Amino acid sequence: MNHLLECSQLEKGFSGVAVLRGVSLSLSAGKVLGLVGENGAGKSTLMNLLGGVLQPDGGAMRLADEAYAPKSPAEATRCGVAFVHQELNLFSNLSIAENLFVPAFPKNAFGFIDRAAMRRRATELLQAVELEVAPDRLLESLAPGERQLVEIAKALGQNARLMILDEPTSSLTSRESERLFALIERLRAQGLGMIYISHVLSDVLRLCDDIVVLRDGAIAGSGARAEFTTERLITLMVGRELQQLYPIRKQAPRDETVLQVESLSQPGVIESISFNLQRGEVLGLAGLMGAGRTELARILFGLDSFATGSLTLNGESIGALAPRERVQRGLAFLTEDRRAEGLLMDATIADNAALVALPQFARNALIESERLAAAVSAMTNSVQVRGATSNAQAVRKLSGGNQQKVVLAKWLLQKPSVFILDEPTRGVDVGARAEIYRIINELAESGAGVLMISSELEELIGMCDRMLVLRRGELTASFARAEFDREQILRAALG
Amino acid sequence: MKFIFTRYAPLILFAALLALFGWRAPRFLSGANFLNILIQSASVAIVATGMTFVLLTAGIDLSVGSVMFIAAALAGKLVLSGQPLWLACAAIVLTGIACGALNALFITRWRIVPFIVTLATLYAGRGFGLWLTETRALNLPESILRIGTARVAGLPFPVLMLVIIVVLAHFTLTRTSFGRQIYATGNDAETARKAGINVVRVQFAVYVISGLCAALGGLVAVAQLGAVSPTFGNQREFAAIAAAVLGGASLFGGRGHVLPGTFIGALLIQTVESGLVMMNADPYLYPLVMSAIIFVAVWLDSVRREQWQRGQLRRIRPAT
Repeated sequence: MNHLLECSQLEKGFSGVAVLRGVSLSLSAGKVLGLVGENGAGKSTLMNLLGGVLQPDGGAMRLADEAYAPKSPAEATRCGVAFVHQELNLFSNLSIAENLFVPAFPKNAFGFIDRAAMRRRATELLQAVELEVAPDRLLESLAPGERQLVEIAKALGQNARLMILDEPTSSLTSRESERLFALIERLRAQGLGMIYISHVLSDVLRLCDDIVVLRDGAIAGSGARAEFTTERLITLMVGRELQQLYPIRKQAPRDETVLQVESLSQPGVIESISFNLQRGEVLGLAGLMGAGRTELARILFGLDSFATGSLTLNGESIGALAPRERVQRGLAFLTEDRRAEGLLMDATIADNAALVALPQFARNALIESERLAAAVSAMTNSVQVRGATSNAQAVRKLSGGNQQKVVLAKWLLQKPSVFILDEPTRGVDVGARAEIYRIINELAESGAGVLMISSELEELIGMCDRMLVLRRGELTASFARAEFDREQILRAALG
Repeated sequence: MKFIFTRYAPLILFAALLALFGWRAPRFLSGANFLNILIQSASVAIVATGMTFVLLTAGIDLSVGSVMFIAAALAGKLVLSGQPLWLACAAIVLTGIACGALNALFITRWRIVPFIVTLATLYAGRGFGLWLTETRALNLPESILRIGTARVAGLPFPVLMLVIIVVLAHFTLTRTSFGRQIYATGNDAETARKAGINVVRVQFAVYVISGLCAALGGLVAVAQLGAVSPTFGNQREFAAIAAAVLGGASLFGGRGHVLPGTFIGALLIQTVESGLVMMNADPYLYPLVMSAIIFVAVWLDSVRREQWQRGQLRRIRPAT
């Protein structure tokens, strides 16, 4: 039988780190292929290869028995490969009909957009996805689930042969999801080939004909749906030995609460979040991408507001305080995007490290530069920033791991009592990771509380005293270190 | 309620001002005066129309006042040296396109922030114009003023130009692929690129259009004034931006329209100026009123954006 899509031995690496290692898969027309894997297993990279966003370093792809090597997203679209992303590629300020055709609008004899034709064609496409709305309405008036259907209608309008759905249900209500599944069934019957990526394993088992499990950039298992159960999928997704990467802390958490969170809620974001963080504790926050981990961290730090609940730091209510005031009271926050939010990339190591603690080094509004320089260099030595000849070097030149150490140094100078770390080792190589873990341990040993968010379960299991699991903005489970079990944690996260 | 207010605030403001001026200076509400306001607002409205294109892509063009100046000065020099009028008009058009292309080149090719590029060309353009005119006012022959007062099909020349440009711009923005691509680019340039839009081409084109409109605005102004002084077009960029933003264009891109939007915004600004004159208001008051208008325009834009963003927050869980 001929396949619609065949990938053989795809390889892709970024700056020497292999992300995809010899991935082969195939898909027939009229079938749905499920693709599952942990965060960072290489799913996105694989999809970027298919969509022409990235080009493979090795291996080949064939689409309907022709060589397929798209150089750009536009070329992938022309070949009939359509994407429905988690983050929709739609324009909220254009009408639904315009969104279906952008950038190639139907034109009349004078070169103007033929609105009548566009409306007619849009109505047909919307009918095909059973979305009954006026095509002239602005996209922003639609609910997320309806927008998803618009994106699918757009793909159909581009004569897609292969449609890739990336976490399509992550922002849908269960009714909207059902509607989407019915549509997927119909499209399959019409002979469209689909790749369905999702963390919701029950959906994958229900919808897909075949399933591929990706782990660490390689295929950990593949086969017909009948060969899999939820248990087996989870085992295949995680089955990796814990590396001896995580140093052991010398002290247990103290019996003294430093941060208390009580029934924190923000409609549409988080719901009744309650937990305590002890002095000397490293508390993990696990969950899927989009579960609300970063949003929770931003609320704790005061970047976003919350509707109800209370926040207590060192016995003082901080819920109404601005981020700056929370920092003065001992809160620190390492963001997940250090390039955009954590560092001034072109400023020097010293300037970056001094940023937060600067007011402490001022007397009569003037900065005592010598005292500051001494403190900064003591701190950068202590976190072991490498790869720089002096602290006068721009952080842009540093490796990811060393940049992260500069961010840590910046906050540690302030001697925080609670440190929120959002993906502290993202894009950090193994050597620097171990050093970051050591820094975290020292911080906890000194009596600070650490809230650690990570997409890597291994890391949380290796580092944390306790772990909370967040799903769709709610805490669904809490595990003590002795109870850590990858499958149970993953199950709590997947739901 | 708040939403309705921010949405129709310019119209409410417009009505309130008409009432105020009409009360203080009854002459103000005459038909002749309205035609006057329309004629006098033509230049700024044309410049603001070009500005709308740029604002829609989340860019800005601060150089329009200087482009008006250079274009008018070049045309003036040509006319004074005995060249025919059509050549002067062609020079105006070409100057506008060239200045816009220069801005566009720096912005798209070397990826310099539009604010900085056009701030630089604002100063460079003013300097070039002053050198060209030797910092003296060019007093142009009668033939130029005759253009300004000429009527075509009953419409005064400035109003005719205004109508043609505004209608053309409106159709371009609403009915052509290019126009809708401008909106898409302003909504999210990265998404636009992924959707297959040539974002660089769109951005290039809007600055050329803005330059061209600025030059044509200069032509209309010079035909009304009959002279090019060293301050010709000075600070018109602010009036143009204020007109577009009052008319609903967002400085953050993707939102705005020429009709009625920018057109009404320009009329509003001119109405205030005329009204103040008719009320015999203290001239020192003019800049204060103008600054209040700009402040209101930008404040409205921020409030609108905030309202819009609140509607766009990513939902993690279905709202209950």
